[in-house]
Amino acid sequence: MANEIHNFSFPEVKVAPSRFRHALSKHRITISKACTNCGLCIDLCPYHVYERGKKHPKVAFDHLCIGFACSRNDFFCVRRCPEKAIRVGLNPSFEILGDKRWPADLLSSTWHMAETGNIPHPSLNYKIGDSGGGFDRIRFIFPPDRFSKISRGEISTAIELNRSGDSRPRVTIPIPLYLGGMSFGSVSIVTMLSRVRAAAALGTFCCTGEGGYPEELMPYDDHIITQVATGLFGVREETIKRVRIVEFKYAQGAKPGLGGHLLGDKVTPRVAAMREAVPGSALFSPFPFHSVYSVEDHKKHVDWIKETNPRALVSVKVSTPTDVDMVAVGSYFAGAHIVQLDGSYGGTGAAPDIAKKNIAMPIEYAVPKVHRFLVEEGIRENITIIASGGIRTAYDMAKIIALGADGVCLGTADLVSLECIRCHHCESGRGCARGIATTDEELTGLMDLEWGTQRIINMYLAWRNQLIDILSRLGMKSVKELVGRFDVIAHLDHLKGRDIHGELV
Amino acid sequence: MPLKYHIYSAPVPNRFPKITKSGVIAWEEGCLKCARCVKKDCVYKVYEKRDLDEKQMLDSLDSVCMDCFRCVQGCPNRLIQKGMNPTYKTLGDRYWTPEIISDLWFQAETGRIPVSGAGYGGPFSGIGFDAMWTDMSEIVRPTRDGIHGREYISTTVDLGRKLMMLDFDATGEMISTPPPLVEIPLPVIFDLLPWSPPKERINRSIFKAAKVLGTFLIVRASDLEPDMMSDASNIILYLDRPLESIDKNLIGNLRMIEIPYSEDALPLQRKIKAINPSVVTVIRITMDPSSSTRIIDLVKAGAEVVHLCADEHGLEQAKEPLFIKDRMKEIHLQLVEKGVRDQITLLAGGGIAMAEHMAKLIICGADALTIDIPLLVAMECRVCRRCKSGIECPVELDKVDPSWGSERIRNLIAGWHNQLLEILGAMGIREVRRLRGEMGRAMFFEDLEREIFAPMGKRS
Repeated sequence: MANEIHNFSFPEVKVAPSRFRHALSKHRITISKACTNCGLCIDLCPYHVYERGKKHPKVAFDHLCIGFACSRNDFFCVRRCPEKAIRVGLNPSFEILGDKRWPADLLSSTWHMAETGNIPHPSLNYKIGDSGGGFDRIRFIFPPDRFSKISRGEISTAIELNRSGDSRPRVTIPIPLYLGGMSFGSVSIVTMLSRVRAAAALGTFCCTGEGGYPEELMPYDDHIITQVATGLFGVREETIKRVRIVEFKYAQGAKPGLGGHLLGDKVTPRVAAMREAVPGSALFSPFPFHSVYSVEDHKKHVDWIKETNPRALVSVKVSTPTDVDMVAVGSYFAGAHIVQLDGSYGGTGAAPDIAKKNIAMPIEYAVPKVHRFLVEEGIRENITIIASGGIRTAYDMAKIIALGADGVCLGTADLVSLECIRCHHCESGRGCARGIATTDEELTGLMDLEWGTQRIINMYLAWRNQLIDILSRLGMKSVKELVGRFDVIAHLDHLKGRDIHGELV
Repeated sequence: MPLKYHIYSAPVPNRFPKITKSGVIAWEEGCLKCARCVKKDCVYKVYEKRDLDEKQMLDSLDSVCMDCFRCVQGCPNRLIQKGMNPTYKTLGDRYWTPEIISDLWFQAETGRIPVSGAGYGGPFSGIGFDAMWTDMSEIVRPTRDGIHGREYISTTVDLGRKLMMLDFDATGEMISTPPPLVEIPLPVIFDLLPWSPPKERINRSIFKAAKVLGTFLIVRASDLEPDMMSDASNIILYLDRPLESIDKNLIGNLRMIEIPYSEDALPLQRKIKAINPSVVTVIRITMDPSSSTRIIDLVKAGAEVVHLCADEHGLEQAKEPLFIKDRMKEIHLQLVEKGVRDQITLLAGGGIAMAEHMAKLIICGADALTIDIPLLVAMECRVCRRCKSGIECPVELDKVDPSWGSERIRNLIAGWHNQLLEILGAMGIREVRRLRGEMGRAMFFEDLEREIFAPMGKRS
């Protein structure tokens, strides 16, 4: 059952270590001069932290060290070292890494998954952040009987994107996620291609964002969602015909109700050609669609795409206003196959802080609101809800599905897997100093395409494994059974006096 | 169409080194003296810009470093670390957080709105103003102005009492006399400061900024400098001494006067009006649980503007105080229910620390608001409150050049004004007057939690 898609098998994990000289680690190991280079630590450590050295072992991979949690183990190097030469401490730089939503632990655990494809040791928190609400206060209620009868191999993580029952193709993706739009110009071509290639390998999709369809993407047409956004940049009949899914971007969560602005010096001749604009002159993507002032106008838009490409599914990306439930119903009746709800805590190259923090509601509220309303309207089974904007981990993904989404759309997590540290300076100077969101040639050269592709693949394979674990603990055979199951999750702030049967994870 | 209100801003440098969040720590012991040090490769050229010798290892707190961690990860012997700046952590207090203070500094220095990449990194929600979100409009809305746009979003508000109807005599002549109204181009007035070092130069900075921006500052009669009196059109005189002791000519020149709330507030208002009928009087009251009943009485007795004051953390005066936004909601709704809300103008202040607080307090029912501490922070105040105990100000606020100070405040308000436009634009609202009391266009934490999260975990 795991593989409902003809001839598809998941790619393999290949180790893809940090592209910088030292990975950033939670723990820092020091070896004192007392070391006699006996090599015991090298032999003991199952995490392969040490490498042989001339004078003393080299601490080559201390990011793989599990830290103080290791003291329970027989092989704890600090205790076993005959010369007592090894010390493990916290890395002082860790303190200023990350933020409330992506604390240092979450960044590190994502890097761990991207490097190894494995779930990190629990000493590194990989499930929740430190935001104090929403996902970070929601837990799964795993039933007390620990041994579910369902074996991992029987569990399906596939979802169907066309649930409308119309004559257009069924599109099944083997994992309940696809990758969101990041335009050509906002990220490097290596980043863009890494995401597209990873999406193709995982049997899912990656969106182009607004800004055109570079020819490098064409070999992957079947795994591309092309975006039609308010500026209509790079939108051509030809590009709409190439793909299986076309996305209308009405709004985006990071700057809901605000337009986009591409600075003049980012409009290089290539970007300009793709967007049919003049090099060097700033481009405004307005808000809203100036051709849409009613749900009828919206239907006209959807019909236009359907007419242009008779096999395409139509996705509508909207933000999360007070009446987000009405917006979703409107999209459905206009003929959309997918409605993507983009919550307010998602990422983008640059947005006013005031918008990111204050405008529109978090996705954890919006999804259940929409799900319930569509159920009441009797149309929930006929449309796919995709959640985005603030989904950081496999646990977030599973929680939002339990809150009513069919699947998720991701962006920031991909960038973190490529060793983004969320310094929030995507736009400053020559662009991203780590070579992810930049068009600077030298900085773009910091990343290799094979490496980038593999890091993203590794991370999502690890996510899939966690999702299977969760489904298995809940006794579910398919991720589709998890949709809208408010009964299997609980919010820690609202547990008072309630009888929970099971383990909160 | 009237000329668009726009605040021209230009960078105004700091007088003191900025307190940044983090610093670079480098050790010398173990340095391999690489032929090409990672410090040379800094993308932001931190080491070059600061004229640091890369061979010299030192701790540095700097504002050029962008926390990319390239040097931390690149140094072969891992001798470079990033560390939190301990002074940064101790800025302000739990309400006036280091993040808020440095954001205000940034705006006052640059005149720009804070923009960043890679999503929002803050908490899910928080106390006070952080427990609400504002609405956006997906498709059906007027086209937006935003900062660069085409159509005008007005931030003008009127201060004063409004007539609910006009009376005419048999010949069609209007017999009702409309009370005086004062119009300000943005819904912000500069309030009395809760504390400050000796304030002569500070007040002059605020005075100049109010003039440039076309708004008002509130000044105690006892603090008024003689030269300000001759140019009083942007001053709201706060009567902290008897009316009789104030120069009648000055009263005649003023457009607004503020008086403290007391039993005699309205008789005093009438006395002021007898001297200058075109002045608008503001009654200043401390926000507390009885505010709404007091305001309803004041409206009936003929009050024009009421100024509600919470404390510097936005709390009313009570045993279990409500936050300003929550009390404001209650007051607004009570007045609406009594059918008197439109007759009176409500100003409110206390704890207004960020641009979004303007929009949120207006949504909760204020017509306009007053700010205090941000004016000091614009001039590099660190909210250490040492001045309260008479200790010298670490950033010498008592010595600021009023031209510099006013330009810093202008920059801050330019940033705030643009951010207000962003919020209004996203909501599809064309003027800030229509934002007042629009609670249906906001989302409140407590409502959403109750509706969405409370029912979870129950087997149906």
